Amino acid sequence: MHNPDRPVEVEVVERVEETPSIYTLHLRFTDPEVAASYRLLPGQYNMLYLFGVGEIPISIVSDPDFEGPLEHTIRSVGRVTRGMERLKVGDRMGLRGPYGRGWPLDEAEGRDVVIVTGGLGCAPVVSMIRYVLQRRERFGRLVILQGVKHTDDLIWRRQYERWQQMPDTQVLLAADVGGPNWPYSVGKVTVLFSQAGIDPDKSIVMLCGPEPMMKASIDRLLALNVPAESMWLSIERNMQCGIGHCGHCQVGPYFVCQDGPVFHYPELRPWLGVTGF
Amino acid sequence: MDSLGGLPFVGMETSASFLPRESLDTLLEAIRREGYSRVLGPVVRHGAITYTGITSSDDLPKGLRDRQAPGHYRLEPEEGERSFAWANGPQALKPLTFAPRETLWRCELDDNGRLSFLDSALTPTPTAVIGIRACDLAALKIQERHFLKPPYPDPHYAARRESLFLVAVHCSHPADTCFCASTGDGPRAEAGYDLAMSELDHGFVLVAGTDRGRAVLALLNLSPASPDECAQADDEIEAAASAQTRSLPDRNLKDALYARLEHPHWDQVGRRCLSCGNCTAVCPTCFCHAEQDEPALAGSSSEHLRQWDSCFTAVHSYMGHFLVREETRLRYRQWLTHKLASWHEQYGRSGCVGCGRCIAWCPVGIDITAEVSALLESGDAQS
Amino acid sequence: MAGQNRNQTDALDRLNDRSNPRPRIAVHKFSSCDGCQLAFINAGEALLELAQLVDIVHFAEAGPMDPEAAVDLAFVEGSISTPDEAERIRKVRASSRYLVSLGACATSGGLQALRNFNDDGAKGWTEAIYAQPAFIDSLDTATPVAEHVKVDLELWGCPVNARQVFQALRQLLFGVAPVVDKDKLCVECKRQQHVCVLVAKGEPCMGPVTHTGCGALCPAFGRDCYACFGPAENPNTAALARRFEGLGLMPEAVARRFHFINSHAPAFRSEWLAWKQGS
Repeated sequence: MHNPDRPVEVEVVERVEETPSIYTLHLRFTDPEVAASYRLLPGQYNMLYLFGVGEIPISIVSDPDFEGPLEHTIRSVGRVTRGMERLKVGDRMGLRGPYGRGWPLDEAEGRDVVIVTGGLGCAPVVSMIRYVLQRRERFGRLVILQGVKHTDDLIWRRQYERWQQMPDTQVLLAADVGGPNWPYSVGKVTVLFSQAGIDPDKSIVMLCGPEPMMKASIDRLLALNVPAESMWLSIERNMQCGIGHCGHCQVGPYFVCQDGPVFHYPELRPWLGVTGF
Repeated sequence: MDSLGGLPFVGMETSASFLPRESLDTLLEAIRREGYSRVLGPVVRHGAITYTGITSSDDLPKGLRDRQAPGHYRLEPEEGERSFAWANGPQALKPLTFAPRETLWRCELDDNGRLSFLDSALTPTPTAVIGIRACDLAALKIQERHFLKPPYPDPHYAARRESLFLVAVHCSHPADTCFCASTGDGPRAEAGYDLAMSELDHGFVLVAGTDRGRAVLALLNLSPASPDECAQADDEIEAAASAQTRSLPDRNLKDALYARLEHPHWDQVGRRCLSCGNCTAVCPTCFCHAEQDEPALAGSSSEHLRQWDSCFTAVHSYMGHFLVREETRLRYRQWLTHKLASWHEQYGRSGCVGCGRCIAWCPVGIDITAEVSALLESGDAQS
Repeated sequence: MAGQNRNQTDALDRLNDRSNPRPRIAVHKFSSCDGCQLAFINAGEALLELAQLVDIVHFAEAGPMDPEAAVDLAFVEGSISTPDEAERIRKVRASSRYLVSLGACATSGGLQALRNFNDDGAKGWTEAIYAQPAFIDSLDTATPVAEHVKVDLELWGCPVNARQVFQALRQLLFGVAPVVDKDKLCVECKRQQHVCVLVAKGEPCMGPVTHTGCGALCPAFGRDCYACFGPAENPNTAALARRFEGLGLMPEAVARRFHFINSHAPAFRSEWLAWKQGS
């Protein structure tokens, strides 16, 4: 029986400093056979292993068909991610995955894709945005709504500006607190909904970010007649095994590591915003 | 696994055998001859009955009986020759299949900075366990469903499970803390055993549940059990069921508990609960575990371990900058609503088998059946 | 993952920013029995291995003496019990990039912190014990290092566990924060399959409120835990104390369970006070 807990070796081939506390690692499988058989879906994650320190779940931001190294954007918040911050090009680490349920690609085909994110740059949707942009003809409008607390928190500002230039793509940004260099909206991400001109019947909404922000956004979208069934969200919990065994990531009847991290909103409705789940 | 053992003994006289008490050691010998070099049985250790290595029937707790109550466990002498006249001690089969701490893999760093990931050895000693109760067999089945579920069956669990030969003993002496009759998991061992036996004063009524069990029985050359012996065995099991005073009100409490997530009783139990995790450690179905690395000091190799964790610890719900369940009441609610509610959605049944261990081994005697009653008593109060 | 921007450097950054690949290490002693330093000295082979990885510049008990040396990593044993120590700990902090307090004395004040509860501090005891008490210059209290200077990592225990110390050191050598397991002792006790001494024998075991780390030594021998590793996270001392009373302990005896090696730790201090007043 294969040991599903055991990682394989990867090599850091590029390291990009996004902000003082966010970095992107480009990882290459050192075993070509493993590389050839690896398949991912937008919204999935890998368990990355720092030698001697531990494993941590990290979203994959690459497009599924991209054959180069796998990109992982990581925020230094815990002991493992702070340790990974110090990795250099050429260093080795462990990887296993991809794990979990990704974004609903089939349901999204032919519809307007509305991405709602909050907080510091939301890695789990980047892969989806790239997926749509690579296959532009298969989707309707692409609407990206991003809210941040402070204007400094917007990482990938250039990336957002680049996306803004893509055909049939709308990027709207809002910061709780504006400033002299902030040409965008001021307020919560929900202030952008009316500007976006969301067609409630044609749209599929994908949310990612802090849960209170997602809940507020969902309430606002429901008021705009977007059906609950058209909304999907990616959530985070303490994930240690990634394969539904260790029990830490439970929310109600789900193990986020396998049943998520992407959920259909009606599945999570009873649990979202309930303290302790 | 094929099994006839779920049926009463009466009517099965042709398949039930009788092992005289003085021949119990021949059973142990036959099990060893079938390749199970390690035999565990009930042994008194530090004041409780625990599964420990035995060499002969002399090691068994003859003439002893347990007294259990919330937060309380004591052994007392009892008239008679019986060796299985007790209800479960603190251990189930869990530590034998889901090890409290084990290495999942090792990583080695070479001088060129390359990493090798190596599996740990999976060669558990073939082990027979004598005296397993119905509740623990039910719990084993639940844990199998968890750990062996596709697409990621756990090879460590699988190897340990495969190494076990299980001799069940139908329960005839439930403790005051037992409530398996209300969960439908006992006191009769229904399935999942290799051999099942009922202890009578003068010996044992035995049936096989698997080919492995039949192979052991074949070595013993026993006479069939008599109709009287079968009837007495059935009567004792029935009596064990009706002797139970505790119960859960329903086998599926999902809707009832989901309707009471904000019930004030969670605060009340949160003030008594120590959040020490004893209930989850003795629970035969709790499976939460933490993964962590233990590098050697030299810095060139590291063991990746898993060890029992508990939803009563802070780190269980650790999220970088906050805990999902900081307060004790939320930890207790997580445990109870998982065990009795969301478990149904995940595994098609409740996660409680009525063994009563969480009641007896809670240092402050919190009683799951009493807490459920208190929660259900006051309707679907939401504040 | 959810959280704030990490924009300030901390002790771990300072430790990692050193220029020397082999960290310079000091082991300092304050008011203590030296037992925690033995975690290093008794480590045998591991100590030799450690000497390959670090430069031990000050460790009086083991030989090297340079108390003023600037170091990357300082281990501090003992409580702050004299005016001289209160001064010296500031110097140690100023000359160390990363500071670890080691053992019950350094983390909670230790056994000697029992004097903190005397109205006259150490005076009465000093006079009762020493022939010439005038030579004794003590503070009225024995307090943990963290009450005097910033501590970057606390390793509890009386004494600390060598495995815990070396694991923390290894993690710091990797440049990451050590895992600090603050679970209750019961979690480890049950992993080792010990029979609960509170439930099976009615012993007033402190395990349910005590910080894990010792390896469940006492319950392994059928003894009740006496909390030498201090309070665990989220300790419900009130519920455990009520349970002790239920086991037949008089209020004075309940109070004493919390008034021992880690008496100055806030969770234990308040429970002791609650039961002392009730007695």
